[in-house]
Amino acid sequence: MRRVLSLWDSSVGKKIVMAVTGLILILFVLGHAFGNLKVYQGREAFNHYAEGLRAFGAPLLAPSQALWLVRIVLIVSVVLHIWAGVQLNLRSRAMRPRAYRKYQHLEFAFASRTMFWGGLLIFAFVTYHLLDFTFGPANPSFVRSDPYHNFVASFQVPWIAGAYILAMIPLGFHLYHGFWSMLQTLGANNPRYNVYRRPTALVLAWAIFLVNISFPLAVQLGFVR
Amino acid sequence: MNLTLHVWRQNGPADEGRFVTYRVEGASAHMSFLEMLDHLNEQLIKKGEDPIAFDSDCREGICGMCGFMINGEPHGPLPATTVCQLHMRHYQDGDELWLEPWRAAGFPVIKDLVVDRSAFDRIIAAGGYISVRTGSAPEANSTRVPKINADAAMDAAECIACGACVAACPNASAMLFTAAKVAHLALLPQGQPERYLRVVEMVNQQDADFGHCTNHGACQNACPKAISTDYIAMLNGDLRRAKFRRPTDLD
Repeated sequence: MRRVLSLWDSSVGKKIVMAVTGLILILFVLGHAFGNLKVYQGREAFNHYAEGLRAFGAPLLAPSQALWLVRIVLIVSVVLHIWAGVQLNLRSRAMRPRAYRKYQHLEFAFASRTMFWGGLLIFAFVTYHLLDFTFGPANPSFVRSDPYHNFVASFQVPWIAGAYILAMIPLGFHLYHGFWSMLQTLGANNPRYNVYRRPTALVLAWAIFLVNISFPLAVQLGFVR
Repeated sequence: MNLTLHVWRQNGPADEGRFVTYRVEGASAHMSFLEMLDHLNEQLIKKGEDPIAFDSDCREGICGMCGFMINGEPHGPLPATTVCQLHMRHYQDGDELWLEPWRAAGFPVIKDLVVDRSAFDRIIAAGGYISVRTGSAPEANSTRVPKINADAAMDAAECIACGACVAACPNASAMLFTAAKVAHLALLPQGQPERYLRVVEMVNQQDADFGHCTNHGACQNACPKAISTDYIAMLNGDLRRAKFRRPTDLD
């Protein structure tokens, strides 16, 4: 056990923690986007789905028990992911005390340079998003029992819809580099499959980006009302 | 050909350092980049000025002594080429070039373009060795190595420890160097007994002087031996196994 906990002592170990928590968050983002597609089936289907999330696991589990288990895993993942990321980033910044006068960016992809600030932007967005749809104070007219109503009320406001669409840009970059980087960090490296790693990351990032921006766009264009 | 060089001049580790601009006149397109600097230094010495200090040894691209930034790229713009093998024919008459030393906390500047790379030696000392029985030479073919592993180990062993990976990395991380040194032993039978101890010790030592790897990939593109970041994935996998594997008597 001590050896496993000593993962936190090495930079690669911290990256492994970030990769595992990142994978959990990727799975959540995928499930979240997929579940929200129910909004295109109308008010009843969407609200029924939202209610179903609370009832999930019945009769074995009490109402909201499964939901809270998932929430706890997600909260722990977010905390560890950000904690490790900020620690590593601050340390590595100190490792180049004097900047280059001239510096060519030789990275594989632009996305890798967006991870730190992009990640903080995503955190700010998630905070707002929870205040909008989960807790309610940021929503123009929050009705706890009617998520469909909250969805439409928020995305009807042009600046809110615009902000949601803009927030998906750092998320797309984060997922693109994050997914590929996760495979690299977990040592998922096999010459037979390596050529598929970049394309999979690209498809994942585009899929999440397009599905997620479709929600505010659909309300703005009047398809969902 | 004539060039304008902005060269980082620093008298010693404690000196603040500054760029000094030099005109290079009468350089030949056949000169290597280092020969062009020799040519400039001869002119400086004739004028009674301090010549520009830079590292070099074999000048045929295999020793790893030379290296500095040219316009923000380690070893200049050519892929898989050390600065001693970069020739002036790749530049135009009248070009303006900025020469800087590797910049990293783990590589303190000794003078001008020369940095102290002892931090790499410390990484090697931490685990870059194998334990073998010495004495009579073993039978050459008694330890069999699959060709594919021999090739992959050789590709990793190509690392000449020049430091370009650290110089190019936005995090000033030496993970490509460490990974190459871990992998060329981990891929061979002789490297197995200390395999998991080695990766933990060498990563800990790299963390003491350098930043962490965020998989930017700049190192691979800067490496004069084109060593692949796949070796970093291999190192990551070995470190993970080291932390979760069954303990051995070496622990």
